[in-house]
Amino acid sequence: MNDNMLEIRNLCVSFPTDKGEVKAAADVSLTVPKGKIAGIVGESGCGKSVTARSVMGLIRRPGRVTAGEILLDGREILHLPEKEKCRLRGSEMSMIFQEPMTSLNPVVRVGKQVEETVLLHEQLSGTAARKRVLEMLEAVGIADPQKRYNAWPHQLSGGLRQRVMIAMAMICRPKLLIADEPTTALDVTVEAQILQLMRRLCEGGTSVLLISHNLGVIAQVCDRVSVMYAGRVVESADTDTLFDRPMHPYTRGLMRAVSSLQENGEHLDTIPGTVPDLNHLPEGCSFSPRCSLCADGCRQRMPELEEIMPGHTVRCFRPGEEAEA
Amino acid sequence: MRKKQTGAASGISFETDRSRWTAPLRDLLHHNKIAVVSAVIILLLVLAACLAPVLTPYGETQMDLMNRLSPPSAKHWLGTDEGGRDILTRMLYGSRISLMVGIVPSLLSLVLGTALGMLAGFRGGKTDAVIMRAADIMLAFPSILLAMVIMYTLGGDLPAVFLTLTLVNWAEVARITRAETLRLKENEYVEAARVIGVSRMRIMLRHILPNCLPTLIVLFTLNVPAAIMTESSLSFLGLGIQPPYASWGRMINIGRQYLYTAPWLCFAPGAAIMVCVLAFHFLGDGLRDALDPHLKKR
Repeated sequence: MNDNMLEIRNLCVSFPTDKGEVKAAADVSLTVPKGKIAGIVGESGCGKSVTARSVMGLIRRPGRVTAGEILLDGREILHLPEKEKCRLRGSEMSMIFQEPMTSLNPVVRVGKQVEETVLLHEQLSGTAARKRVLEMLEAVGIADPQKRYNAWPHQLSGGLRQRVMIAMAMICRPKLLIADEPTTALDVTVEAQILQLMRRLCEGGTSVLLISHNLGVIAQVCDRVSVMYAGRVVESADTDTLFDRPMHPYTRGLMRAVSSLQENGEHLDTIPGTVPDLNHLPEGCSFSPRCSLCADGCRQRMPELEEIMPGHTVRCFRPGEEAEA
Repeated sequence: MRKKQTGAASGISFETDRSRWTAPLRDLLHHNKIAVVSAVIILLLVLAACLAPVLTPYGETQMDLMNRLSPPSAKHWLGTDEGGRDILTRMLYGSRISLMVGIVPSLLSLVLGTALGMLAGFRGGKTDAVIMRAADIMLAFPSILLAMVIMYTLGGDLPAVFLTLTLVNWAEVARITRAETLRLKENEYVEAARVIGVSRMRIMLRHILPNCLPTLIVLFTLNVPAAIMTESSLSFLGLGIQPPYASWGRMINIGRQYLYTAPWLCFAPGAAIMVCVLAFHFLGDGLRDALDPHLKKR
């Protein structure tokens, strides 16, 4: 019955500011099927990270989740007490971050940091834990784990550190791994290796929520994709479907920008305008001011996320239409 | 622990394994001679304080009324005071009090200030407001006045001095620790620790505290001389350690009356305070330069 490892339903997160409440995520719904990799794409500030952080329960005060529910393997986790959340983090769900250079504590040896996860969640002796760590370091492709175990973080390269982060996140075999732009700070060769590694981990039974602003990365590893814009999911589909038949004008704009780069190499197709300020969202559809298909209705009402084909949802009044040139 | 690691991971080149502490210390040894000399002086002072009974044939309160206020001589290297007590002996015994007064309250205020500062920085909100306002009040209150109130109420023995100096010093430590905590808790590794399920308490102790340590060590080396100075002032005012026992400050206070006739009464303890305070300051400076990578000039 329950095929989804993670299910986010109508999640709203807002941050109070001087200018009033800012909705960083509004009505976000998405799912990560068991054993699959689901992706979220979108520009900076569109609510990707906020969504991921709500799952981990890491929204910083004064920000808070105002509505919605989050189910991890069928269990509501949004309102669990902090202590229970602590137990879930690391053992059932885990997260890796964008910046591997600063995500390790500079004064703790690398191996000890990985070991901390094991010791926190499993009753293991020091020697057994150490053995697990060495195995895990090897599993994430770190050569000579014995030596790396005793290394300080500053002695490792970015790629190695990100592998250590993955080892830290994965050592207790969580059901869900959230990767918030795990390869953004890495160079392209290392990026490919890390993505391959995540794919492999996924085959070991962990479901992954991958956040990226890089469509290439998403296309390479994800099974499902959700596109976010200004705090909302605007389109959600299987990767193949989304890349073959994008329906939302924003998704289409993104695709055109990428393919124009690859094909003619001279003219870059762009989406006119800029991302709206979350403080001053336009009336109606947030994308309407930049949309070539924008009709009167779009400026009055926010369209709902509707399923136009099984497994393919779009938030648009005129999905799939071409602009009249 | 360390031994086990080395054994299990034999064949590791320890060339690359320079620890976070040994590297700066080596640095200090090579590049800051003054700090090293200061460390040696402090060590000698501590040794002298411990070995006082062995180093001198006289007792701390042993009087020799035939030899009152005698100038430095072969028998009494630094002369004698108004009761005919040997000044060198009293300096040695006095250094026990002065060093203890420097170190114990500094340690106490370090522990108290660090705990409160980290709590304030980490919890924020009301906890932060309450602790920091308390610290502000302590900082705003004239410390000598506060000390006098406490000493008059509790009497002038050692525990009262410790209590006073701790109360005077914790606020500054708390402020600095809070600032450090606020800075450090924004680091991604704190976030990374949270996502693997580390509790707040453990994050504070294991991930934030060790990163504060360099700052705290330096602060400690600066607080020790400050406490010695405060105790000297208190003793000078007639509070603090009471006769016939000696502390450096107390000795200056007594010597003041004989400043024209027997200046050695003031001179020796005054010089001792100066040397000791300077040594701690230079050591603190050296440690700060060595432990803070941003201040490295090379």
